[in-house]
Amino acid sequence: MERYSAWRLFREALNGHRGWTPAWRSPSPKRRYDAVIIGGGGHGLATAYYLAKNHGMTNVAVVERGWLGGGNTGRNTTIVRSNYYHRESARLYDFSVRLYESLSRELNYNVMFSQRGVITLAHSRHDLEVVARWAGAAQLHGVDAEMVSVDEIKRRIPLLDTSPSARFPVWGGLMQRRGGTARHDAVAWGYARAASRLGVDIIQNCEVTGFSRNERGRVVGVETSLGPIAAGVVGLAVAGHSTVLADLAGFRLPVTSYALQAFVSEPLKPVMDTVMLSLATGAYISQSDKGGLVIGGGLDLYPSYAQRGNLPTAQRVIGALADQMPALGRVRLLRQWAGIVDVVPDSSPILGETPVEGLFINCGWGTGGFKAIPAGGTLLAHHLATGEPHPLAEPFGLRRFATGALIDEAAASGIAH
Amino acid sequence: MLLIACPWCGPRDETEFVNGGEAHIDRPTPAESVSDADWAAYLFFHDNPRGWLAERWVHAFGCRQWFNVERDTVTHEIRRVWRLGEPRA
Repeated sequence: MERYSAWRLFREALNGHRGWTPAWRSPSPKRRYDAVIIGGGGHGLATAYYLAKNHGMTNVAVVERGWLGGGNTGRNTTIVRSNYYHRESARLYDFSVRLYESLSRELNYNVMFSQRGVITLAHSRHDLEVVARWAGAAQLHGVDAEMVSVDEIKRRIPLLDTSPSARFPVWGGLMQRRGGTARHDAVAWGYARAASRLGVDIIQNCEVTGFSRNERGRVVGVETSLGPIAAGVVGLAVAGHSTVLADLAGFRLPVTSYALQAFVSEPLKPVMDTVMLSLATGAYISQSDKGGLVIGGGLDLYPSYAQRGNLPTAQRVIGALADQMPALGRVRLLRQWAGIVDVVPDSSPILGETPVEGLFINCGWGTGGFKAIPAGGTLLAHHLATGEPHPLAEPFGLRRFATGALIDEAAASGIAH
Repeated sequence: MLLIACPWCGPRDETEFVNGGEAHIDRPTPAESVSDADWAAYLFFHDNPRGWLAERWVHAFGCRQWFNVERDTVTHEIRRVWRLGEPRA
């Protein structure tokens, strides 16, 4: 597989772009792999890539029911940040941001990671106290987070109504300058291409319908719509469908699946060069490189597997945003959709062993999985290859729900749960 | 948009209601002899099926009564509503 470069692009342009080859192979499944990863989203593909790159395991398959990045990887609002409250989370998410910083070069694929900064707005004295406490915690954990004044916010987000009579008055905010956005499809495709290059088989349109077990109950393979595939170990990275697969494997997860909506507007000239999150309304907004405003909001607050979202939540999010940025009141939306997010009682991920031997999991990222893709892949690959949790993953094991060692990030997750 | 038939008030818009999670979960007793695993199962490990789910709702901006609903989590169709204390089947 050839490297992508400016020179290559120039050469192909002279040749009418007829020389490009597929970015990854699409082989038929082999009968046996050392590791099978279920779920061809960012986390699954990253896991396969790091298995091959960090641990030399190349006899690996990723099986995906639909198409690559067709779940939450293709449905999120692409925000990347690491200003979390607890030490365990801050270390985990900051590890991810650092991997994002070098990802384009590492994968030889432009993931368009743009560190344009993420501003969290405080709308009252109480919000401001929460945000100050949050900034202090992040700084203690070595994550860049700073308080920003109303004047600074006004300068960075001219669209925002910061007047004293605003429906949602702005008292100040929290900014992480290293935060930003990345191109969601490119993250999935970049990992897929790099993994395929190292020998990983990527198998789309292949639904897992069951698990095969040996006499001791250990998982030794998966049953799929393309036939059985034997596996040394199996990794599960299926986000909102985690409990569906866990039910097949015969264990329980503390996960509830909700629809999280997002919207994109018609393309506009550049009007916003940072990411804004609002604590009062739960709305968040950034502008894509194509010019569309990418907008997200709160969950539809009842369990759902319908990837569409309901009108009352859409009205609440869009209405709040139109109040906060009156100039956008007549902007038309191009698309609306929803992803099924796996929400856990403490809003922190579940990483590592399951009660079923041979089966490992990466789930529970809830509303913030995209930012964690490089970390999630690294940590699951480490556990699958070595049999031991990575030190960063250790606090996030499933057993914390019985021991009570929860890592409550309900506030820092930024979205009302 | 859901239209939920409150057993006391009749069909109302979903914005009047709040979802209360899985229905018919029994609190384990006696408290002093419940294991950590059983307590975690009661608190955290609930059904999350892709399909029919029995769940509780409260008519928060109406009569404020709790009741049970059987709803499909994919189509959001509601096929049964019953009062607290009534049997599931």
